[in-house]
Amino acid sequence: MTPTQEQAIVVKNLSRHFGDFKAVDNISFEVYRGEIFGFLGPNGAGKSTTIRMLNGLLLPTRGEGRVGGFDIIRENAQIKEHIGYMSQRFSLYEDLTAEENLNFFGGVYGLSPERLKARLTEVLTLVGLEDRRHDLTRNLALGLKQRLALASAIIHEPSILFLDEATSGVDPISRRNFWDLIYAMAQEGRTILVTTHYMEEAEFCDRLVLIYQGRIIAQGTPSELKGEVREAILAVYPDNLDDALNLIKKLPQVDEAAVFGDGLHIATTRPEEIESAIKDTLTAHRIACDRIERVRPSLEDAFISLVQRAEEKGATSGQLSAVS
Amino acid sequence: MDPKRTWAIARKELIHIRRDPISLLQIILLPVVLLLLYGYALTFDIKNVTIAVYDQERSQLSEDFINQFRGTDYFRLEKFTQDYGELKRLLLDRKVQVGLMLPYDFSWQYQTGKTAQGQALVDGTDSNTANIVLGYIQAVTASYNQKLLDQRLMEKGPGRVAMPVDAQTRFWFNEDLESRNYIVPGLIAVIMTVVGALLTALTVVRELERGSMEGLMATPLKRSELLLGKLGPYFLIGMFDMAVVVAMGKFLFQVPLRGSPWLLFAMAAIFLIATLGQGLLISVSSENQLQAFQMAMLTTFLPSFLLSGFVFSIYLMPKPLQIVSYIVPARYLVTISKGIYLKGLGMKVLWPSALMLAAAAAFFVLMSIKKFVKKIR
Repeated sequence: MTPTQEQAIVVKNLSRHFGDFKAVDNISFEVYRGEIFGFLGPNGAGKSTTIRMLNGLLLPTRGEGRVGGFDIIRENAQIKEHIGYMSQRFSLYEDLTAEENLNFFGGVYGLSPERLKARLTEVLTLVGLEDRRHDLTRNLALGLKQRLALASAIIHEPSILFLDEATSGVDPISRRNFWDLIYAMAQEGRTILVTTHYMEEAEFCDRLVLIYQGRIIAQGTPSELKGEVREAILAVYPDNLDDALNLIKKLPQVDEAAVFGDGLHIATTRPEEIESAIKDTLTAHRIACDRIERVRPSLEDAFISLVQRAEEKGATSGQLSAVS
Repeated sequence: MDPKRTWAIARKELIHIRRDPISLLQIILLPVVLLLLYGYALTFDIKNVTIAVYDQERSQLSEDFINQFRGTDYFRLEKFTQDYGELKRLLLDRKVQVGLMLPYDFSWQYQTGKTAQGQALVDGTDSNTANIVLGYIQAVTASYNQKLLDQRLMEKGPGRVAMPVDAQTRFWFNEDLESRNYIVPGLIAVIMTVVGALLTALTVVRELERGSMEGLMATPLKRSELLLGKLGPYFLIGMFDMAVVVAMGKFLFQVPLRGSPWLLFAMAAIFLIATLGQGLLISVSSENQLQAFQMAMLTTFLPSFLLSGFVFSIYLMPKPLQIVSYIVPARYLVTISKGIYLKGLGMKVLWPSALMLAAAAAFFVLMSIKKFVKKIR
């Protein structure tokens, strides 16, 4: 992405404190038009707080930002006209039919009756709910509810769409369908900001920021983030995962070990010595091992490695400040 | 303010009500049920007081005296007995409310120029009723005394003598002392409280509880549009219910509406606005629907039932309760509504109550909007 591209969202030194707690701590980033931008981080990292500041629900404690060209502090009324917002709790009304929900949100966005009527058919077709339009929302499966929530968030054709943990609890196929819709919208030039703690979803994003304890600890494309991993990653496939994990964690050469799929992922800065070390330990404890191989780091590896690095840094700076 | 957005909210609210059987029931059935209950079943008029007689003498005079009780429909002679124990038992078992005992020397006392002493035993369990019954007995006795006195004067002395003093009592405003004539005007306040405070408190807290309020705040919806759209339907429903009560009162119970119906509706509208404010205040102060419901019951419904003068006269309450009643908005509406209904009063007399009502409305609306804005920020 080059800086000449149109900026949809710009955030500079944004912070939000709740008392002593820094929910969002001095973050800066830019999102370009037509981009799918991911906010990746564990629960409570500050993702939702950031989104709430961007869509005008929450005022920042410090810092500034612009969304669709409007200032997030002074012009948050205008921002609301141009964005769509879909949260993890889907703001749908269960006792209204699909169509009634869409009519409601269309009305709330101030669409004229003619435009609303046209948009209603468009979005229902887009999310594939034409034949369920008269069903009560409470009778729709979760995946369909999610698509209905998306439809109601885009009924007014917003140029920027915020999806806050929008896919939690949805089955993989529904999630895949949902992402197809998101891609299609980005193709039309809409900007999409997604928060998630699913790694495989993060892979779908054009660019990502990694947010941890209110701070951005890394940003870039998914492959750039994976390139940040300094350690080598080894995949080990032993018979007894739990016992093997405990043994391997004790090895001095191992920086980090975790279960990954049906094997273990081991991060190390000394890949040349570790293979034999692992083999020796496992044999000594009579644990058979299928194979050990060097793998390309996944986004999850990158995430774990980057979080660890941030924690080490945080610990050092904490010690320093304690001394001074 | 955009009417499209306000209407979108109001229409959604109407769908909620339509799909929720309990709200529907409260809106449509409650006024009718309350009115029928108070109009027919729960009458505060005391008639047909049951009475048992233990007449030890059975003389002309005692028979005559007992017949005075028979001649009025306030009493119903249930039983004659010749046993004091039975009389006691009848009172104990609540078979009768009054035991009348006339002694052996009842007529002898009278004939020898003394006062004939009888005894009336009244079941005092329910003190209000006992007092009223006591009044009836005294009235019957007094009128019989009058008759005997006239007779005696005719026989012995100067012939008919005019009563030195006589107070002719008449009841004004509710001539027949029909309790529904004051129940119906008072009921308006109770029904409006249910719609205004109870239902409103629930609808707003539901949205806060479910988190859909946050979704709404991320749209360009203004708070004024949200409030108007959300409370507007309940205002209309409250006014509709009031019209039902007034119409039923007039055509089913023949309760006279002597003053201006327009004034009545205008005052009720102000009261309803105050109640909607209370409902909103409750919903932003409570965590969930159950809490909101209990709070609405305790702070709006019960006071407007008990402390408004709807059923229980405020003048007869202990002083501290009387003072509390001043902050119950329903008190002012009940005063106004009874004044318009029974006395045909206008603003000339009712303005202090109207002023208090308007003050309550202003207070609750401002307070609730202030708290609401803070809550959803």
